[in-house]
Amino acid sequence: MKVLKVPASDDRLYEVQDFVNAELEENDCPMATQFLIEVSLEELFVNISHYAYPEGNGWTEIHVGVEGGVMELTLIDGGIPFDPLAKPDPDVTLLAEDRQIGGLGIYMVKQKMDDIEYERKDGKNVLTIRKKLA
Amino acid sequence: MTINQAKNGSKLTVALEGRLDTTTAPQLEEVVHTALDGVTDLEFNFAQLEYVSSAGLRVLLAAQKIMNKQGSMIIHNASSNLMDIFEVTGFSDILTIE
Repeated sequence: MKVLKVPASDDRLYEVQDFVNAELEENDCPMATQFLIEVSLEELFVNISHYAYPEGNGWTEIHVGVEGGVMELTLIDGGIPFDPLAKPDPDVTLLAEDRQIGGLGIYMVKQKMDDIEYERKDGKNVLTIRKKLA
Repeated sequence: MTINQAKNGSKLTVALEGRLDTTTAPQLEEVVHTALDGVTDLEFNFAQLEYVSSAGLRVLLAAQKIMNKQGSMIIHNASSNLMDIFEVTGFSDILTIE
């Protein structure tokens, strides 16, 4: 597992994505899968940077590794308890006028990753996704 | 992200190049909120757009809602990666993608 700790701030998004992409490229991840992981990572990271620290000035730790052809990516933050899996899925069949955009990011992650888990542990939010690379 | 706009009468073509994500979506939001007055025919060209996240979808939805009231909006040349995102979110049903 490789680890990167950054301030929980949108302007660190590319740094975080580059960090994870490097690990995926090292493991010959197919481009389409890498794209889906990259989008999922954005949704999870941005969720933390927008909501975990209402007072501002928080951090996020990103752990990534590939074992047996499966990528495991964990995001940890020390912010307020927040389980993104507790929210009901948005209705993705509604017309444009009735569409709500909230929750769409997490919904995509749930649909496109093989596995997603949330845990509140030692005062931290720990969110893990897994995806088979091939 | 680079945004190229071409206007011909009431038709506006917007070509996006790069990534439509949390950090760049505000650029497109600016266009949607300032450039659509009098536009009845909005065309997006996504041939050079490599990436879209929910932040980008939010702006596309805003554009679609405006165009539903005053004309039409069509998206051209979306890559298979982008189509995957449009399909999983049901956006392929509310956007016109050709």
